[in-house]
Amino acid sequence: MSEMEIMVNGEPRRLPAPATVSDLLQHLGLDPRGVVVELNRKIIRRPQLGETVLSDGDAVELVHFVGGG
Amino acid sequence: MTITHAEPITDSPLSIGGRSFRSRLMVGTGKYRNNDEMVRAIEASGAEIVTVAVRRVDLDRTRDEGILYHLNPNQYFLLANTAGCYSADEAVRYARLAREAGFNEFIKLEVIGDRETLLPDTQGLIAAASELVAEGFEVLAYTNDDLITALRLEDAGCAAVMPLASPIGSGLGLLNPYGIRTIKRRLSVPVIVDAGVGTASDACLTMEQGVDGILMNTALAEARDPVSMACAMRLAVEAGRFAFLAGRMPRREVAMPSSPASGMLE
Repeated sequence: MSEMEIMVNGEPRRLPAPATVSDLLQHLGLDPRGVVVELNRKIIRRPQLGETVLSDGDAVELVHFVGGG
Repeated sequence: MTITHAEPITDSPLSIGGRSFRSRLMVGTGKYRNNDEMVRAIEASGAEIVTVAVRRVDLDRTRDEGILYHLNPNQYFLLANTAGCYSADEAVRYARLAREAGFNEFIKLEVIGDRETLLPDTQGLIAAASELVAEGFEVLAYTNDDLITALRLEDAGCAAVMPLASPIGSGLGLLNPYGIRTIKRRLSVPVIVDAGVGTASDACLTMEQGVDGILMNTALAEARDPVSMACAMRLAVEAGRFAFLAGRMPRREVAMPSSPASGMLE
């Protein structure tokens, strides 16, 4: 099993390859219902999280709602 | 809402983007000292529309978790903002992310042009509004007190236009009542004053201009007692609204006696 390095919220993370976006969320302990995922600036809709495979060098953004005006 | 006395004033609900709201006060969720105080203040405000921001999840979990751990999304209408965006492209990106959260298609659009004043970049704002309207968003656009920009935003298809009372977080109150009145008079879409209200009299005076509602955050979050201030703001917004509907007396430069001039003793 090989490893890959991806950027998650601007920080490098190492992850066992192959991995889907769902695997990444599980790895980070995040509930997919509470986050919105952008992969290389493209939104990945929730039903596609389990079938979207990550590649070395990918940039992932994980966002949610916080307090704001 | 209805005042129950001999001759009740009945107000129509606030309608934005095909949805109907009873409360004309909308509140933000930022800058509270703690989440418990925020939840109680929002409840006391009577607001139905509550704004939230889109930010990165903290992967180290050292900070607080997302706002939805504290605020019940079934109890409030969540209005996501694009606060902190300095270009049309960035604001559109944030709006798409917000919509993907799956609550609604409303976005409070901010395209900021200056870090000191947080005044809007009106060109970027109109460009982003056009793009988002084309993508099916209901856009509520935070703007300045300029009529022409407000008209352009309406032309772009915005569901509501949100001119400021004064800069975000300044608490300076309503600096340009004429500008706000003019925008309200000339636009058909709802006009919601967003930003700058500092205390209850500011909210009342703003509603007396005839606008459809007010959005505020810092005035509650930074009050010594946010829950009491939220009560005050709810009453002030209602008072200002009713005063507007009731129609104020004319201003005169001279006195007019309230008691009869006739019937005085010889």
